Amino acid sequence: MKNFGYTVIKQRTIDYDQFDGRLLNEVLEMEPSFKVCLSCGGCTATCSAGDLVSFNVRRMNLLLRRGQTVELESEIKKCMLCGKCMLVCPRGINLRNVIMLVKKSILKYKPVNS
Amino acid sequence: MKHIVIIGGGIAGIETASALTDAGHWVTVIEKEAQVGGKLNNWSYLFPDFTPVDKIKSVLQEKCSEKDFSVLHQTEVRSILRQNGKFSIETSGEQQLEADAVVVATGYELFDARRKEEYGYKIYDHVITSADLEQLLLPNGDLTVAAGENPKRIAFVHCVGSRDEKSGNHYCSKVCCITGVKQAIELRKRLPEAEIYCFYMDLRMYGKHFEELYREAQEKYDIQFIRGRLSEASEKIDKSLLIKAEDTLSGRPLKMNVDLLVLLVGMEAGKGTTTAAATCGIGCEESGFLKTTDSFLKSNFSEQEGIFLAGSCTAPMSVNDTILHARSAAQEVNNWLLRK
Repeated sequence: MKNFGYTVIKQRTIDYDQFDGRLLNEVLEMEPSFKVCLSCGGCTATCSAGDLVSFNVRRMNLLLRRGQTVELESEIKKCMLCGKCMLVCPRGINLRNVIMLVKKSILKYKPVNS
Repeated sequence: MKHIVIIGGGIAGIETASALTDAGHWVTVIEKEAQVGGKLNNWSYLFPDFTPVDKIKSVLQEKCSEKDFSVLHQTEVRSILRQNGKFSIETSGEQQLEADAVVVATGYELFDARRKEEYGYKIYDHVITSADLEQLLLPNGDLTVAAGENPKRIAFVHCVGSRDEKSGNHYCSKVCCITGVKQAIELRKRLPEAEIYCFYMDLRMYGKHFEELYREAQEKYDIQFIRGRLSEASEKIDKSLLIKAEDTLSGRPLKMNVDLLVLLVGMEAGKGTTTAAATCGIGCEESGFLKTTDSFLKSNFSEQEGIFLAGSCTAPMSVNDTILHARSAAQEVNNWLLRK
Protein backbone atom coordinates (compact mmCIF):
# COMPACT_ATOMS: atom_id res chain seq x y z
CA MET A 1 0.00 0.00 0.00
CA LYS A 2 1.20 3.48 -0.73
CA ASN A 3 2.37 5.36 2.31
CA PHE A 4 1.14 8.93 2.16
CA GLY A 5 2.95 9.84 5.36
CA TYR A 6 -0.25 10.50 7.26
CA THR A 7 -0.08 9.67 10.91
CA VAL A 8 -1.82 10.40 14.17
CA ILE A 9 0.07 13.22 15.82
CA LYS A 10 0.62 12.86 19.54
CA GLN A 11 -1.11 15.62 21.50
CA ARG A 12 1.20 18.26 22.93
CA THR A 13 -1.38 19.42 25.45
CA ILE A 14 -0.59 18.90 29.11
CA ASP A 15 -3.44 16.59 29.99
CA TYR A 16 -4.10 17.47 33.60
CA ASP A 17 -6.63 14.66 33.93
CA GLN A 18 -3.80 12.20 33.39
CA PHE A 19 -1.62 13.91 36.00
CA ASP A 20 -0.05 11.55 38.49
CA GLY A 21 0.73 13.61 41.57
CA ARG A 22 2.17 10.86 43.74
CA LEU A 23 5.81 11.77 43.27
CA LEU A 24 5.08 15.47 43.74
CA ASN A 25 3.12 14.83 46.91
CA GLU A 26 5.82 12.63 48.33
CA VAL A 27 8.47 15.26 47.68
CA LEU A 28 6.32 18.05 49.12
CA GLU A 29 5.61 16.03 52.22
CA MET A 30 9.27 15.34 52.87
CA GLU A 31 10.44 18.81 51.83
CA PRO A 32 7.60 21.32 52.34
CA SER A 33 9.87 24.27 51.53
CA PHE A 34 9.50 23.25 47.88
CA LYS A 35 5.89 24.47 47.87
CA VAL A 36 6.90 28.11 47.78
CA CYS A 37 8.96 28.32 44.57
CA LEU A 38 8.55 31.71 42.85
CA SER A 39 10.05 30.54 39.55
CA CYS A 40 12.52 33.41 39.73
CA GLY A 41 15.33 31.39 38.17
CA GLY A 42 18.02 32.48 40.62
CA CYS A 43 18.92 28.81 41.06
CA THR A 44 19.39 28.25 37.35
CA ALA A 45 21.43 31.43 37.00
CA THR A 46 24.01 30.27 39.52
CA CYS A 47 23.92 26.53 38.68
CA SER A 48 27.36 25.04 37.96
CA ALA A 49 25.88 22.42 35.65
CA GLY A 50 23.44 24.68 33.81
CA ASP A 51 26.25 26.75 32.30
CA LEU A 52 27.51 23.74 30.38
CA VAL A 53 24.58 21.45 29.71
CA SER A 54 20.90 22.00 29.23
CA PHE A 55 20.07 21.58 32.88
CA ASN A 56 17.54 23.90 34.45
CA VAL A 57 16.92 23.53 38.18
CA ARG A 58 13.91 25.82 38.10
CA ARG A 59 12.19 23.59 35.56
CA MET A 60 12.37 20.66 38.01
CA ASN A 61 9.53 22.29 39.89
CA LEU A 62 7.51 22.57 36.70
CA LEU A 63 8.24 19.01 35.56
CA LEU A 64 7.20 17.65 38.95
CA ARG A 65 4.03 19.72 39.01
CA ARG A 66 3.08 18.64 35.51
CA GLY A 67 3.90 15.00 36.18
CA GLN A 68 6.58 14.81 33.47
CA THR A 69 8.38 12.02 35.26
CA VAL A 70 10.30 10.62 32.28
CA GLU A 71 11.90 13.94 31.43
CA LEU A 72 12.54 14.58 35.10
CA GLU A 73 14.52 11.38 35.52
CA SER A 74 16.99 12.28 32.81
CA GLU A 75 17.20 15.89 33.99
CA ILE A 76 18.18 15.28 37.60
CA LYS A 77 21.13 13.12 36.57
CA LYS A 78 22.84 16.32 35.50
CA CYS A 79 22.82 17.85 38.99
CA MET A 80 26.15 17.73 40.84
CA LEU A 81 24.58 18.51 44.21
CA CYS A 82 26.90 21.48 44.76
CA GLY A 83 24.13 23.39 46.55
CA LYS A 84 24.80 26.85 45.08
CA CYS A 85 21.12 27.11 44.14
CA MET A 86 20.25 26.92 47.82
CA LEU A 87 22.49 29.89 48.62
CA VAL A 88 20.67 32.01 46.07
CA CYS A 89 17.04 30.92 46.56
CA PRO A 90 15.02 33.86 47.90
CA ARG A 91 12.60 31.50 49.55
CA GLY A 92 15.15 29.26 51.22
CA ILE A 93 14.12 26.06 49.45
CA ASN A 94 16.28 23.04 50.23
CA LEU A 95 16.76 22.14 46.57
CA ARG A 96 19.45 19.57 47.20
CA ASN A 97 17.05 17.60 49.33
CA VAL A 98 14.39 17.91 46.63
CA ILE A 99 16.76 16.38 44.09
CA MET A 100 17.75 13.58 46.47
CA LEU A 101 14.08 12.82 47.19
CA VAL A 102 13.25 12.70 43.49
CA LYS A 103 16.23 10.44 42.85
CA LYS A 104 15.10 8.08 45.60
CA SER A 105 11.46 7.86 44.58
CA ILE A 106 11.30 8.38 40.86
CA LEU A 107 11.61 4.72 39.90
CA LYS A 108 8.53 3.91 41.95
CA TYR A 109 6.38 6.30 39.96
CA LYS A 110 7.87 6.15 36.48
CA PRO A 111 5.25 4.94 33.97
CA VAL A 112 5.90 1.28 33.10
CA ASN A 113 5.75 1.76 29.35
CA SER A 114 8.36 4.53 29.26
CA MET B 1 -9.20 71.27 73.82
CA LYS B 2 -7.86 67.79 73.19
CA HIS B 3 -4.13 67.29 72.76
CA ILE B 4 -2.80 64.78 70.25
CA VAL B 5 0.83 63.78 70.03
CA ILE B 6 2.09 62.46 66.70
CA ILE B 7 5.30 60.46 66.58
CA GLY B 8 7.05 61.15 63.28
CA GLY B 9 7.08 64.23 61.06
CA GLY B 10 7.13 62.54 57.67
CA ILE B 11 4.35 62.69 55.13
CA ALA B 12 1.94 60.75 57.34
CA GLY B 13 2.75 62.67 60.52
CA ILE B 14 2.41 66.13 58.99
CA GLU B 15 -0.71 65.24 57.02
CA THR B 16 -2.39 63.82 60.14
CA ALA B 17 -1.31 66.84 62.18
CA SER B 18 -2.69 69.20 59.60
CA ALA B 19 -6.06 67.45 59.40
CA LEU B 20 -6.42 67.21 63.19
CA THR B 21 -5.53 70.88 63.59
CA ASP B 22 -8.25 71.72 61.05
CA ALA B 23 -10.65 69.69 63.17
CA GLY B 24 -9.92 72.02 66.08
CA HIS B 25 -7.44 69.99 68.10
CA TRP B 26 -4.13 70.89 69.66
CA VAL B 27 -1.41 68.85 67.98
CA THR B 28 2.29 68.28 68.70
CA VAL B 29 4.54 66.41 66.28
CA ILE B 30 7.71 64.74 67.54
CA GLU B 31 10.32 64.46 64.78
CA LYS B 32 13.76 62.92 65.24
CA GLU B 33 15.39 64.82 62.38
CA ALA B 34 16.06 68.54 62.01
CA GLN B 35 13.58 68.80 59.15
CA VAL B 36 10.16 67.38 58.41
CA GLY B 37 9.31 65.27 55.36
CA GLY B 38 11.01 62.06 56.42
CA LYS B 39 11.94 59.77 53.56
CA LEU B 40 10.45 62.16 51.05
CA ASN B 41 13.77 63.98 51.36
CA ASN B 42 15.49 61.00 49.65
CA TRP B 43 13.61 61.34 46.39
CA SER B 44 13.65 63.77 43.49
CA TYR B 45 10.64 62.88 41.34
CA LEU B 46 7.61 60.79 42.17
CA PHE B 47 5.97 58.01 40.19
CA PRO B 48 3.88 57.65 38.12
CA ASP B 49 3.88 61.19 36.69
CA PHE B 50 7.35 62.53 37.63
CA THR B 51 5.96 65.11 40.05
CA PRO B 52 8.93 66.96 41.54
CA VAL B 53 9.22 66.02 45.22
CA ASP B 54 9.71 69.68 46.09
CA LYS B 55 6.08 70.29 45.20
CA ILE B 56 4.86 67.90 47.92
CA LYS B 57 7.59 68.97 50.32
CA SER B 58 6.69 72.63 50.03
CA VAL B 59 3.04 71.82 50.74
CA LEU B 60 4.08 69.96 53.89
CA GLN B 61 6.34 72.80 54.95
CA GLU B 62 3.59 75.32 54.28
CA LYS B 63 1.26 73.34 56.53
CA CYS B 64 3.92 73.35 59.25
CA SER B 65 4.42 77.10 59.12
CA GLU B 66 0.83 78.20 58.51
CA LYS B 67 -1.14 75.86 60.67
CA ASP B 68 -1.27 76.03 64.39
CA PHE B 69 0.52 72.82 65.38
CA SER B 70 4.01 72.55 66.78
CA VAL B 71 6.86 70.31 65.68
CA LEU B 72 9.55 69.31 68.15
CA HIS B 73 12.60 68.75 65.96
CA GLN B 74 15.49 66.44 66.78
CA THR B 75 13.39 64.91 69.47
CA GLU B 76 12.51 61.30 70.20
CA VAL B 77 10.02 59.67 72.52
CA ARG B 78 11.55 58.15 75.64
CA SER B 79 8.47 56.67 77.22
CA ILE B 80 4.69 56.66 77.09
CA LEU B 81 2.63 55.93 80.16
CA ARG B 82 -1.13 55.70 80.43
CA GLN B 83 -2.40 57.74 83.38
CA ASN B 84 -6.04 58.51 84.22
CA GLY B 85 -7.20 57.96 80.66
CA LYS B 86 -4.44 60.15 79.26
CA PHE B 87 -0.98 59.52 77.92
CA SER B 88 2.04 60.91 79.66
CA ILE B 89 4.91 61.19 77.20
CA GLU B 90 8.54 61.84 78.05
CA THR B 91 10.80 63.08 75.25
CA SER B 92 14.56 62.97 74.74
CA GLY B 93 14.44 66.76 75.19
CA GLU B 94 13.34 66.20 78.81
CA GLN B 95 9.86 67.47 78.00
CA GLN B 96 6.79 66.02 79.61
CA LEU B 97 3.71 66.00 77.36
CA GLU B 98 0.20 65.01 78.24
CA ALA B 99 -1.95 63.70 75.39
CA ASP B 100 -5.49 62.45 74.88
CA ALA B 101 -4.47 60.38 71.89
CA VAL B 102 -1.25 59.29 70.21
CA VAL B 103 -0.64 58.73 66.50
CA VAL B 104 2.33 56.60 65.49
CA ALA B 105 3.64 57.74 62.10
CA THR B 106 7.20 56.47 62.27
CA GLY B 107 7.41 55.28 58.67
CA TYR B 108 9.94 52.93 57.16
CA GLU B 109 13.65 52.53 56.48
CA LEU B 110 15.21 51.56 53.17
CA PHE B 111 16.65 48.07 52.99
CA ASP B 112 20.42 48.17 53.53
CA ALA B 113 21.66 46.73 50.22
CA ARG B 114 24.98 45.70 51.78
CA ARG B 115 23.07 42.81 53.31
CA LYS B 116 22.63 41.40 49.81
CA GLU B 117 26.36 40.90 49.52
CA GLU B 118 26.22 38.93 46.28
CA TYR B 119 25.15 42.11 44.46
CA GLY B 120 28.23 43.94 45.73
CA TYR B 121 26.79 47.20 46.99
CA LYS B 122 29.59 49.26 48.60
CA ILE B 123 32.02 46.60 47.39
CA TYR B 124 31.93 47.33 43.66
CA ASP B 125 32.19 50.89 42.39
CA HIS B 126 29.22 50.99 40.05
CA VAL B 127 26.53 49.26 42.05
CA ILE B 128 24.09 51.81 43.43
CA THR B 129 20.64 51.76 45.02
CA SER B 130 17.47 53.35 43.70
CA ALA B 131 17.82 55.99 46.42
CA ASP B 132 21.37 56.80 45.24
CA LEU B 133 20.16 57.02 41.65
CA GLU B 134 17.38 59.38 42.65
CA GLN B 135 19.98 61.96 43.69
CA LEU B 136 21.84 61.48 40.40
CA LEU B 137 18.63 62.07 38.47
CA LEU B 138 18.50 65.69 39.62
CA PRO B 139 19.47 68.08 36.80
CA ASN B 140 23.05 68.48 38.08
CA GLY B 141 23.51 64.79 38.91
CA ASP B 142 26.62 63.13 37.50
CA LEU B 143 25.83 59.81 35.86
CA THR B 144 29.30 59.11 34.47
CA VAL B 145 30.97 55.87 35.49
CA ALA B 146 34.51 56.61 34.32
CA ALA B 147 36.39 59.72 33.18
CA GLY B 148 33.60 61.54 31.40
CA GLU B 149 31.94 58.39 30.11
CA ASN B 150 28.27 57.75 30.42
CA PRO B 151 27.19 54.18 31.15
CA LYS B 152 26.39 52.35 27.91
CA ARG B 153 24.46 49.56 29.50
CA ILE B 154 22.49 49.75 32.73
CA ALA B 155 20.58 47.07 34.59
CA PHE B 156 17.95 47.46 37.30
CA VAL B 157 17.42 44.64 39.79
CA HIS B 158 13.91 44.42 41.21
CA CYS B 159 13.01 42.99 44.65
CA VAL B 160 16.30 43.74 46.44
CA GLY B 161 15.53 43.03 50.08
CA SER B 162 11.90 42.22 49.26
CA ARG B 163 10.28 38.84 48.71
CA ASP B 164 13.54 37.41 49.98
CA GLU B 165 13.82 35.21 53.04
CA LYS B 166 17.59 35.41 52.89
CA SER B 167 17.23 39.09 53.73
CA GLY B 168 14.58 38.28 56.32
CA ASN B 169 11.88 40.08 54.31
CA HIS B 170 9.27 37.82 52.82
CA TYR B 171 6.89 40.60 51.86
CA CYS B 172 6.58 42.71 48.72
CA SER B 173 7.62 46.35 49.16
CA LYS B 174 5.02 47.35 46.60
CA VAL B 175 6.58 50.54 45.27
CA CYS B 176 9.89 49.30 43.81
CA CYS B 177 8.40 47.90 40.57
CA ILE B 178 7.03 51.24 39.54
CA THR B 179 10.07 53.09 40.90
CA GLY B 180 12.24 50.95 38.60
CA VAL B 181 10.08 51.75 35.60
CA LYS B 182 10.08 55.45 36.46
CA GLN B 183 13.84 55.61 36.95
CA ALA B 184 14.51 53.59 33.78
CA ILE B 185 12.52 56.16 31.81
CA GLU B 186 14.34 59.05 33.48
CA LEU B 187 17.68 57.43 32.65
CA ARG B 188 16.60 56.94 29.04
CA LYS B 189 15.77 60.65 28.79
CA ARG B 190 19.24 61.50 30.04
CA LEU B 191 21.08 58.76 28.13
CA PRO B 192 19.38 58.25 24.77
CA GLU B 193 22.13 55.89 23.57
CA ALA B 194 22.23 53.54 26.55
CA GLU B 195 20.77 50.05 26.75
CA ILE B 196 18.53 49.72 29.80
CA TYR B 197 17.35 46.44 31.28
CA CYS B 198 15.06 45.55 34.17
CA PHE B 199 15.44 42.15 35.83
CA TYR B 200 12.16 41.30 37.52
CA MET B 201 10.29 38.35 39.03
CA ASP B 202 6.83 39.87 38.68
CA LEU B 203 5.91 43.40 37.73
CA ARG B 204 3.25 44.62 40.11
CA MET B 205 1.69 47.64 38.49
CA TYR B 206 -1.10 47.96 41.02
CA GLY B 207 -1.78 51.68 41.03
CA LYS B 208 -3.46 54.25 38.89
CA HIS B 209 -1.38 54.97 35.75
CA PHE B 210 1.27 52.39 36.72
CA GLU B 211 0.48 49.94 33.94
CA GLU B 212 0.39 52.80 31.46
CA LEU B 213 3.87 53.88 32.52
CA TYR B 214 5.15 50.32 32.14
CA ARG B 215 3.71 50.21 28.65
CA GLU B 216 5.27 53.55 27.83
CA ALA B 217 8.62 52.25 29.06
CA GLN B 218 8.41 49.47 26.49
CA GLU B 219 6.80 51.38 23.68
CA LYS B 220 8.37 54.79 23.81
CA TYR B 221 11.54 54.42 25.85
CA ASP B 222 12.82 51.05 24.69
CA ILE B 223 13.39 49.61 28.18
CA GLN B 224 14.04 45.86 28.03
CA PHE B 225 12.41 43.64 30.63
CA ILE B 226 13.95 40.27 31.46
CA ARG B 227 12.11 37.89 33.75
CA GLY B 228 14.66 36.45 36.14
CA ARG B 229 16.23 37.18 39.48
CA LEU B 230 19.91 38.06 39.58
CA SER B 231 21.96 35.41 41.33
CA GLU B 232 25.13 37.47 41.59
CA ALA B 233 27.21 40.31 40.24
CA SER B 234 30.99 40.43 39.94
CA GLU B 235 33.28 43.30 39.11
CA LYS B 236 35.68 43.12 36.20
CA ILE B 237 39.06 44.77 36.06
CA ASP B 238 37.62 47.70 34.06
CA LYS B 239 35.04 48.20 36.86
CA SER B 240 32.16 47.02 34.69
CA LEU B 241 29.95 44.34 36.18
CA LEU B 242 29.17 40.84 35.06
CA ILE B 243 25.68 39.87 36.13
CA LYS B 244 24.02 36.49 36.03
CA ALA B 245 20.35 35.58 35.93
CA GLU B 246 18.14 33.04 34.31
CA ASP B 247 16.09 34.31 31.43
CA THR B 248 13.20 32.27 32.78
CA LEU B 249 11.03 32.83 29.75
CA SER B 250 13.54 31.23 27.43
CA GLY B 251 14.64 28.84 30.17
CA ARG B 252 18.36 29.50 29.81
CA PRO B 253 21.00 31.04 32.03
CA LEU B 254 21.97 34.53 30.92
CA LYS B 255 25.00 36.68 31.59
CA MET B 256 25.52 40.29 30.72
CA ASN B 257 28.13 42.95 31.20
CA VAL B 258 26.81 46.28 32.47
CA ASP B 259 28.40 49.61 33.36
CA LEU B 260 25.94 50.48 36.09
CA LEU B 261 23.80 48.27 38.29
CA VAL B 262 20.84 49.79 40.13
CA LEU B 263 19.37 47.89 43.08
CA LEU B 264 15.70 48.66 43.70
CA VAL B 265 15.77 48.50 47.47
CA GLY B 266 12.64 47.70 49.42
CA MET B 267 11.12 49.01 52.62
CA GLU B 268 11.61 47.78 56.17
CA ALA B 269 9.81 48.81 59.34
CA GLY B 270 13.11 50.18 60.61
CA LYS B 271 14.35 51.25 63.98
CA GLY B 272 11.95 54.15 64.49
CA THR B 273 8.91 51.95 64.07
CA THR B 274 10.30 49.05 66.09
CA THR B 275 11.17 51.42 68.92
CA ALA B 276 7.74 53.04 68.78
CA ALA B 277 6.11 49.59 68.98
CA ALA B 278 8.08 48.80 72.13
CA THR B 279 7.45 52.21 73.71
CA CYS B 280 3.72 52.13 72.98
CA GLY B 281 3.29 48.45 73.79
CA ILE B 282 1.76 47.69 70.40
CA GLY B 283 2.31 44.60 68.28
CA CYS B 284 4.21 44.05 65.05
CA GLU B 285 3.41 41.74 62.19
CA GLU B 286 5.90 39.09 61.16
CA SER B 287 7.14 41.62 58.61
CA GLY B 288 8.06 44.05 61.39
CA PHE B 289 5.41 46.57 60.36
CA LEU B 290 2.82 47.54 62.96
CA LYS B 291 -0.25 45.45 63.46
CA THR B 292 -3.65 46.97 62.75
CA THR B 293 -6.70 45.51 64.44
CA ASP B 294 -8.63 44.96 61.21
CA SER B 295 -7.15 45.19 57.76
CA PHE B 296 -10.37 46.37 56.15
CA LEU B 297 -12.17 48.53 58.65
CA LYS B 298 -9.60 49.48 61.26
CA SER B 299 -6.39 50.05 59.37
CA ASN B 300 -5.56 53.02 61.61
CA PHE B 301 -6.13 51.28 64.95
CA SER B 302 -3.36 49.73 67.01
CA GLU B 303 -3.88 47.11 69.67
CA GLN B 304 -3.87 49.87 72.30
CA GLU B 305 -6.96 52.00 72.77
CA GLY B 306 -6.11 55.61 71.99
CA ILE B 307 -2.95 54.85 70.00
CA PHE B 308 -3.50 55.23 66.25
CA LEU B 309 -1.37 54.36 63.25
CA ALA B 310 -0.72 56.35 60.10
CA GLY B 311 1.28 55.65 56.98
CA SER B 312 4.08 53.29 56.11
CA CYS B 313 4.74 52.16 59.68
CA THR B 314 1.86 49.73 59.00
CA ALA B 315 2.98 48.45 55.57
CA PRO B 316 4.98 49.57 52.55
CA MET B 317 3.08 52.44 50.99
CA SER B 318 3.38 54.95 48.17
CA VAL B 319 3.29 58.68 48.86
CA ASN B 320 -0.25 58.74 47.59
CA ASP B 321 -1.45 55.92 49.83
CA THR B 322 0.38 57.46 52.79
CA ILE B 323 -1.45 60.75 52.41
CA LEU B 324 -4.81 58.95 52.25
CA HIS B 325 -3.95 56.71 55.20
CA ALA B 326 -2.91 59.76 57.23
CA ARG B 327 -6.14 61.57 56.48
CA SER B 328 -8.17 58.56 57.51
CA ALA B 329 -6.10 58.35 60.71
CA ALA B 330 -7.04 61.93 61.53
CA GLN B 331 -10.69 61.12 60.95
CA GLU B 332 -10.52 58.05 63.20
CA VAL B 333 -8.78 59.99 65.98
CA ASN B 334 -11.36 62.74 65.74
CA ASN B 335 -14.29 60.29 65.86
CA TRP B 336 -12.73 58.45 68.77
CA LEU B 337 -12.21 61.66 70.75
CA LEU B 338 -15.81 62.69 70.14
CA ARG B 339 -17.07 59.33 71.40
CA LYS B 340 -14.81 59.36 74.41
